[in-house]
Amino acid sequence: MIDDIELLRLIENNARLSSAEIATMLGSSEDEVNSEIDRLKDDNIILGYNTVINWEKKAPDNCIGMIEVRIAPVKNKGYDHIAQILSKYDKVTACYLVSGGFDLMIIYEDSTLRNIANFVTEKIATLDGVLSTTTHFILKKYKANGLIYDSPDTDDRQAIIL
Amino acid sequence: MSFDYTNKISKAVQQVPPSAIRKFFDLANEMKGHVISLSIGEPDFVTPWSIREAGINSLIDGYTHYSPNSGYIDSRTAIADYLKRRYGVAYDPAHEILITVGGSEGLDLVARALINPGDEVVVVEPCFVAYKATVEFAHGVPVVVSTKPENDYRLMPEELEAAITDKTKYIIVGYPNNPTGAVMTLEDWAKIKDVLLRHPDIIVLSDELYCELNYLDGKPASLTQFSEIRDRVIMVNGFSKSYAMTGFRVGYIAGPAELVAPMIKIHQYCIMCAPSLSQFAVIEAAMNADDEIVKMRTEYNHRRRVIIQGLKDAGLECFVPYGAFYAFPCIKSTGLTSEEFCERFLLEKHVAIVPGNAFGECGEGFVRISYAASLEDIKEAMKLLKEFVEDLKKG
Repeated sequence: MIDDIELLRLIENNARLSSAEIATMLGSSEDEVNSEIDRLKDDNIILGYNTVINWEKKAPDNCIGMIEVRIAPVKNKGYDHIAQILSKYDKVTACYLVSGGFDLMIIYEDSTLRNIANFVTEKIATLDGVLSTTTHFILKKYKANGLIYDSPDTDDRQAIIL
Repeated sequence: MSFDYTNKISKAVQQVPPSAIRKFFDLANEMKGHVISLSIGEPDFVTPWSIREAGINSLIDGYTHYSPNSGYIDSRTAIADYLKRRYGVAYDPAHEILITVGGSEGLDLVARALINPGDEVVVVEPCFVAYKATVEFAHGVPVVVSTKPENDYRLMPEELEAAITDKTKYIIVGYPNNPTGAVMTLEDWAKIKDVLLRHPDIIVLSDELYCELNYLDGKPASLTQFSEIRDRVIMVNGFSKSYAMTGFRVGYIAGPAELVAPMIKIHQYCIMCAPSLSQFAVIEAAMNADDEIVKMRTEYNHRRRVIIQGLKDAGLECFVPYGAFYAFPCIKSTGLTSEEFCERFLLEKHVAIVPGNAFGECGEGFVRISYAASLEDIKEAMKLLKEFVEDLKKG
């Protein structure tokens, strides 16, 4: 019997493990791993597999905006209506309903600042129910997806006898 | 004009041979190019941040002085809380816990506090290289019990019984075991306890540095948990392996006050106290880091299974280890000695592992493979091991 939490933690940290490798690591069989992964996909618990890329190295001009959106909730739909509309944009990489001084936090990635500004002014601000927006541009990433950027990956352990 | 040093060095020190694997490590260090090391007996994880931060904050707050000889009472109390929580055993932090410089100091303190010249100490091999040496430095006589792979390297009660004489002062047991990865369950220990009940004068040194790295049920199992012998079991424990804190050099002794007191005497004259910064880190480790241990243990367990599978694929016999972060496969089928196997594996495939004879004569024919290494390195090393063994079999 596979511990599904243990399986999820394992592939959350390394999506490239093969089913055979996962089976070995969990002390299970490949078939069991495959059917468990299928079940987790069917249940929409596993949604997809991403690669964590340090785009600052490959495409340093890329821009990321964190956009705070204040909303007047729509009758019967609350905040979901606007959140769902904004989530449909491919360049919106995350959309959260949050507590505090605003309602939605949108993460938007594009190639230029101008494009982000246009998205805010033309797509978000014009939606019915949006009261205001505040846009923050990300200047540097230190940690994302649980990974620290530019952390040295060295093993400084000495060969000592024990 | 040359000074004759030969007779100046203590005979007790002279008689302890230099480590058999020093040469091997020198070779590994001199190798050019990338060497995968599965030879190191320390965690590859960096100490969890909250523990490091506690150490840093102690410096910021100016705690840079000697602590009391036994350690800060807050640190000892944190250790006592930990032992109560994880072992279900109560120790009085005021008199029954001594904070040491790593578990290693604990081994030395026990030897020096207990041994009169000629006293025998039962050493259960294969084992950590320091057990025998600390006994010999203290003018004791090690009496070796060799555990066997067919018993999963557990200490069998009849083996212990056979080693005991009227000169036996104490026995040293270390489980989960370095180098075999063997564990003893409470049922296994109960049988050892029965032997000890028949020999009411014998003391136990239980080295429990790997106590949290138990993959059977994740819980420490120990002779300290038997109240009938509590008055003569000395636990040597620490934070190096379980909490990835090797460089902090901090461990502890827990045992009856009458046995701890003489060790405090030696400790206060030789060491004064364990580093204060490390003692502050210990409070955080003992009180708030259980989650971190679970995370590391889970990852070690995944790698353990990959190693076991790799050994099987390579055609090497290995009993299934359930503790520490070592596997101890048999290499007799290759026709090589442990040292030849390791040296050739290093030179031909650039993977460093440790010959089993370094941990006692009964380790000959075996090698220690550490899985305190990244999964990528382990996978690559197991692939190379398979190639290497196949090459050997082809001749």
